[in-house]
Amino acid sequence: MSAAAVAVSPPSNVAQRVRLAISDGIVVAYRNLVTLWRVPTVLVFELVQPVMFVLLFRFIYADQFVAQNLGNIDYVLFLMPGIFVQNAIFGSTTTAIGIADDLKKGIIDRFRSLPMARSAVLAGRTTADLAKNLILVFLVIGIGYLVGFSFENGLLGALGVIALVLAVSFTFSWISATVGLMLKEVEAVQAAVFTFIFPVVFVSSAFVPVAGMASWLQPIAEHNPVTYWCNLARYLSIGDAGIPPDPTTGIPIDTPEGLAVKSALWIVGLLAVFVPLSIRLYRKLT
Amino acid sequence: MASPIILAEQLVKNFGKVEALKGIDLEVYKGTVLGLLGPNGAGKTTGVRILTTLLSPTSGRAEVDGLDVVRDAEALRFRIGLAGQSAAVDENLTGHENLEMVGRLYHLRGKEARRRAGEVLERFGLSDAGDRPAKTYSGGMRRRLDVAASLVGKPDVLFLDEPTTGLDPRSRLDVWEFIREMQDEGATLLLTTQYLEEADQLTDRIAVIDVGSVIAEGTSDELKDRIGGEVLELHVVQRNDVNQVAQLLQGVGTGEANVDVDQGSVRLPVGSDGPAALLDSVRRLDDTKIELADIALHRPTLDDVFLSLTGRVAEEASEPAEAEPEKKRGRRGRREKQKEHV
Repeated sequence: MSAAAVAVSPPSNVAQRVRLAISDGIVVAYRNLVTLWRVPTVLVFELVQPVMFVLLFRFIYADQFVAQNLGNIDYVLFLMPGIFVQNAIFGSTTTAIGIADDLKKGIIDRFRSLPMARSAVLAGRTTADLAKNLILVFLVIGIGYLVGFSFENGLLGALGVIALVLAVSFTFSWISATVGLMLKEVEAVQAAVFTFIFPVVFVSSAFVPVAGMASWLQPIAEHNPVTYWCNLARYLSIGDAGIPPDPTTGIPIDTPEGLAVKSALWIVGLLAVFVPLSIRLYRKLT
Repeated sequence: MASPIILAEQLVKNFGKVEALKGIDLEVYKGTVLGLLGPNGAGKTTGVRILTTLLSPTSGRAEVDGLDVVRDAEALRFRIGLAGQSAAVDENLTGHENLEMVGRLYHLRGKEARRRAGEVLERFGLSDAGDRPAKTYSGGMRRRLDVAASLVGKPDVLFLDEPTTGLDPRSRLDVWEFIREMQDEGATLLLTTQYLEEADQLTDRIAVIDVGSVIAEGTSDELKDRIGGEVLELHVVQRNDVNQVAQLLQGVGTGEANVDVDQGSVRLPVGSDGPAALLDSVRRLDDTKIELADIALHRPTLDDVFLSLTGRVAEEASEPAEAEPEKKRGRRGRREKQKEHV
């Protein structure tokens, strides 16, 4: 056997290091996607959930209490962009669960004993989940069209929604990775991410206008990044009507540019915290 | 004398207030197999995790292949292979895909990684199963695949953490077989085990580890010599007679009797005066109604060693007991491989 087949030294410069980190990340991402492909039940169940949300909100809540704060837009046009964002956030929980599962099975130990980039396991996992969430986005858009939603702000707007939603899901994947690495147990992780995610998503404009919420809740909801993302997704989907008016003055509460900047800042800010944090946790695993 | 390929000096690892390792020293020479033998929670896995760069020691230092496990961790990972306690294979990937992935993560090129995966599969007799998802594998096959994965990078040193734990007897023999083969090929191995027989069968040297300390170290024979002479073993028909037997035999032999109620056995170190002790025992038991199933003299097994080192008394005495054997451990010459079957 040829003993020289295996490289024996670590990368010597930054460029080589980055190149190897990317190729290691791709190897891990590929592995996760193969799993997704071979165990499609995961994807199926993940799809059931947005369908359920759409049906619940579209047909149960729509006319009960939401309509009064909607102004003159159809609830389904209001709801679906919120569902896109909600689904991106919920979909990111698989990152935490996948990492906890790999930890339990000792696969992370194997990876950590290999001469691969320290970032690759997490980058590969979040990238694979991003690809998975892209599939989900298209499926959920399809569901939206079935219940009466359509993009009314042009193709560019639609592409903007998809880009935004993917950015949100990628960001939450890193948050999710952090939770996974902190808690380590699949069950604990599952409970924790949903405990965290439910209020974050519900206390926002994802499903209902903020104006209809209890008055003490409104300031929280207004400054929730999920609200910015949902409002931006709404603007990109249906135009100016997507930005809610101030209940007293009737003037839109924000400009599209303002929303875009706030949305982007939140995404960049969260990534700037959680990417290094989770990689640090990975390095420090015991 | 060649320098050791694995060298640990005064390794200490604390998890909060728990002292998992209390300063262990290890030396393993190229081409030999060291068995780290100890009960659950003794610190075996912690030791392996430090040596394979997964964990930093609280204090002390260790080198593998001349590389410091903390400072040179990155370079070291190119030279070691680890198969941990759980068969760390991706169930949804095929055997071949699992190995190919590991090859890629050693930074082999695609074609090279595939070739190497095929080579290792063949080496471990998994070629036929190579295209099946690992979840269809038996426990033994999974463990094989796991160990195979640790060999993809052609490591200089291989670490196997409890390679047979949780396996059925047949799979266990299967694992033994390929460990022996690797040993014959001159691999350097550190394996941990809770099973004395396993350590006896597979390793050149054994380090007995208990509550975070190496309490004895040597070849299987050297360890057995510590007991000195022979052991008298009695099996009774009625298992609850054992304590009475132990009592009756007080004064016979050179040490305390080890009583195993589950097995219905009493083991007694008897030094060099085996036959006399045997006769004495028979005489003492003759007057009683106790029925013996078997009585025999034999060389000490590792069981005897283990019991005398870590048995009931060891619980209280483990602190002082650790110091003495540690001191005696100087640098020993490289031992030729010698397998002792008991």
